[in-house]
Amino acid sequence: MHEEEPLTLKVVVVGAGVVGAACAFHAASAGLDVTVIDRGPVGAGTTSRGEGNVLLSDKEPGPELALARLSRTLWDEAGRELGPDTFELEAKGGLVVASSAESLAALQEFAARQEAAGVRVEQVDRVRDLEPHLAPGIPGGVHYPQDAQVQPVLAAAALLRAAVSRGARCHPGEVAGAVTARDGGRITGVRTAAGAVLPADAVVNAAGTWGGEVGRRLGAPVEVLPRRGFVLVTEPLPPMVRRKVYSADYVANVASSDAGLETSCVVEGTRGGTILIGASRERVGFDTTMNTAVVARLAAQACRLFPFLRGVHLMRAYRGFRPYCPDHLPVVGPDPRVPGVVHACGHEGAGIGLAPATGALVTAHLLGRPWRGADPADHTGLLPDRLLTPEGAHQ
Amino acid sequence: MSEPADLIVVGAGPAGMAAAATALAGGLRVVLLDSGTALGGQYWRHPPEHARTAVPTDDLHHGLRRYRALCEALAAGRDTSRLDLRLEHHVWSAVRAGDGFAVHAADRREAPRETAVVLRAPRLLVATGAYDRQLPFPGWDLPGVLTAGGLQALLKGAGVAAGSRVALGGTGPFLLPVAAGLAARGVEVVEVCEAAHPRAWLRRPGPLLRNPGKWAEGAGYAAALVRHRVPLRPRTAIVAAEGGDRVTSVRIASLAPDGSPRPGTERRVAVDAVGVGWGFAPQLDLLVPLGCALTDAADGNAVVSVDEGQRTTVPGLYAAGETCGVGGAALAVHEGRLAAASVLADSRARRVPAHKHLTALRAAVVRQRAFARAMALAHPLPPAWSSWLTDETVVCRCEEVTAGTIRTARADGAPDHRQVKQLTRAGMGWCQGRMCGPAVHCLTARKRAYEPAERLVATPVTLGALADLDEEPPPPPISPTSPAPPRPPAPSAPTAPTDNGETDKECS
Repeated sequence: MHEEEPLTLKVVVVGAGVVGAACAFHAASAGLDVTVIDRGPVGAGTTSRGEGNVLLSDKEPGPELALARLSRTLWDEAGRELGPDTFELEAKGGLVVASSAESLAALQEFAARQEAAGVRVEQVDRVRDLEPHLAPGIPGGVHYPQDAQVQPVLAAAALLRAAVSRGARCHPGEVAGAVTARDGGRITGVRTAAGAVLPADAVVNAAGTWGGEVGRRLGAPVEVLPRRGFVLVTEPLPPMVRRKVYSADYVANVASSDAGLETSCVVEGTRGGTILIGASRERVGFDTTMNTAVVARLAAQACRLFPFLRGVHLMRAYRGFRPYCPDHLPVVGPDPRVPGVVHACGHEGAGIGLAPATGALVTAHLLGRPWRGADPADHTGLLPDRLLTPEGAHQ
Repeated sequence: MSEPADLIVVGAGPAGMAAAATALAGGLRVVLLDSGTALGGQYWRHPPEHARTAVPTDDLHHGLRRYRALCEALAAGRDTSRLDLRLEHHVWSAVRAGDGFAVHAADRREAPRETAVVLRAPRLLVATGAYDRQLPFPGWDLPGVLTAGGLQALLKGAGVAAGSRVALGGTGPFLLPVAAGLAARGVEVVEVCEAAHPRAWLRRPGPLLRNPGKWAEGAGYAAALVRHRVPLRPRTAIVAAEGGDRVTSVRIASLAPDGSPRPGTERRVAVDAVGVGWGFAPQLDLLVPLGCALTDAADGNAVVSVDEGQRTTVPGLYAAGETCGVGGAALAVHEGRLAAASVLADSRARRVPAHKHLTALRAAVVRQRAFARAMALAHPLPPAWSSWLTDETVVCRCEEVTAGTIRTARADGAPDHRQVKQLTRAGMGWCQGRMCGPAVHCLTARKRAYEPAERLVATPVTLGALADLDEEPPPPPISPTSPAPPRPPAPSAPTAPTDNGETDKECS
């Protein structure tokens, strides 16, 4: 097709996780010529290691919340286009509970700022009216009706399938480096580890936790680091937890930069009947070893929130590596050093939720005009420029 | 005060018992854990202590002399407080901790109460055995359809025959002792359907000739089957089970060399129970998260890679028995001893087995491994077994995922059972893919050996028990006992394996 329409932009998306799939979906929907390259199957990295969060509740007003609000709308649109059941989209709502009067006051102040930024919030005095199995004595909380959940691998697979039906191609393989033009260094393609060259006018770095390494290979390094997290999965049960329920401490931990272990319990039911318990945060590189202390801590916190969990079996645990940038914001936009490289990574624990808006924003950057409500002028806080030190610019 | 343990052994089957006995004989302090209520594992499964007189099972066993000798050695270890035997302890995780290992278990001796315990030692030996490898077929989820190993466990552990008219199917010599045991309890075994052909053994006669005990054992079972008029039919398979509330009949077909049913050969046979076994899958759940290298065994399984002293690629971590490749109890005992001898050598114990003894052990292991390999090659999974699945056949029973759904996921590009799980939930339920994993693997990536999904939680454990672990310091590794003077180990233990033809083993 692009032979007949030589002006169609050729885009290589590196990464078939949920962010890469969303980039491919939006770029292909915009009529661009898209090739997705990944060394593994769709959604096999961090996408498969989360809980499928589509959250507004944990985000303070700022660039990330702006992207999250757009993304929430685009998930609904994707649900209408692809069928909500294809990826188990569920607008279950979130309930954040406070453990003390002080933390309730802080939570309410936080929620008021979110409300001012356009998030729907509802103060809750009697949390057990919403979640009857919560422990007694919780002073109150905030309900976020917009919080939702998807099954992330199914979502990535559905987005990628839809991209392919709009003309995108998938190329199994690993990116080894960039091919650049002699004049000006503009990218003209990527070289794969197998030696193939995929021609490209633009390359989207959607490699998640490995985005730092892919950026380096493309000559446009960005600092994306792994932050390990464990998720516990219980035996399947009849519905006991309706919403996503978490303690107000979670917000503090998400934003924290401490190097050590942080756990703040997040409890939610799934369609399969299992209950998911997260979320721990450790900076231990790509260390995959089991940490039983983290598992015990999460179990203890979950049991304090929902005492019935004491008799419920832990069936499975998994862990993954959230990709985070030093300032805990994703990096989305063109790299000023290598024309043609567009970053779309570093979403930390919010990649599932932020994926559709990231895909739309990347597409808007590629098109040079707004796309599906994503206007690059509204999201300048996510541009890579903020991370580039003079040393970084020269690797 | 008790001293800390030198070695933790997980699994008190033939390999773990032998390993613990050898380590005790070498002067080490040992913790031996098992989820069962008695020593012996699956192979030497016994009724609980209080029921042993009421439920005699001795005639169902092989090698009881060796079992009793090991039991005595372990009892002596307990008498001198050098063995901490922990039955009904379900190990859910083993991790590196400092210079050694921390083994996390749920103590269920006072079930339903469950207590999380942590045991620590510088060295860890995993002898967790294997479980039945299942291939699905239409009707395999009907009540009354069991695994061959399940039938055997009911018989050995409770004296219970699962039916009165039983058909057995699958492949491998293990079907023979199951048939003989059932027949000895008055069960009518209507047919033993062996998918392979005995001729396959003739292609590799060497290992058979060098293990005369094995064919003597096989001949013994064959004679028992003849005596009980149990027909053994090669190149046949149970391709479907039928019934309403429970199984009432099976469909049996002759197989073409590729394992597909020969058209027109299907017969319906009335039964009230079915036992099926396609060999075994090693239980690697504790080993994979520790980062052990795996290697391919001839039977289609990935197994733990060990050196000639049963050391895994993780320092301080040893494996013995079926985790290193399915090969039967005799091999497991030898590997257990060999592994413990390596532990003794590596921990510079005072009493290390003599060089001559080690050489003999290693020779026995090599010879029996060769036999296990020949057995695996003679009893492969039929390549075309999936031709007897319909799209409606449930493959993952926990999440009720059908063969059709899995085939669709494969067509969509899922390259292995892990990705199929993500897309279909096959393997996400209670059993975590332990039952359907090999089958899903065969349906997607048959050419490679089956590597189970990494399971960070090896067995379900209550969140309450885990929560208590967070709030309270773990109990000391060895419970304080009255200080008894260490008894010098009997000079005869470990017994040198003469090993001139094992006549007391079956291939399980």
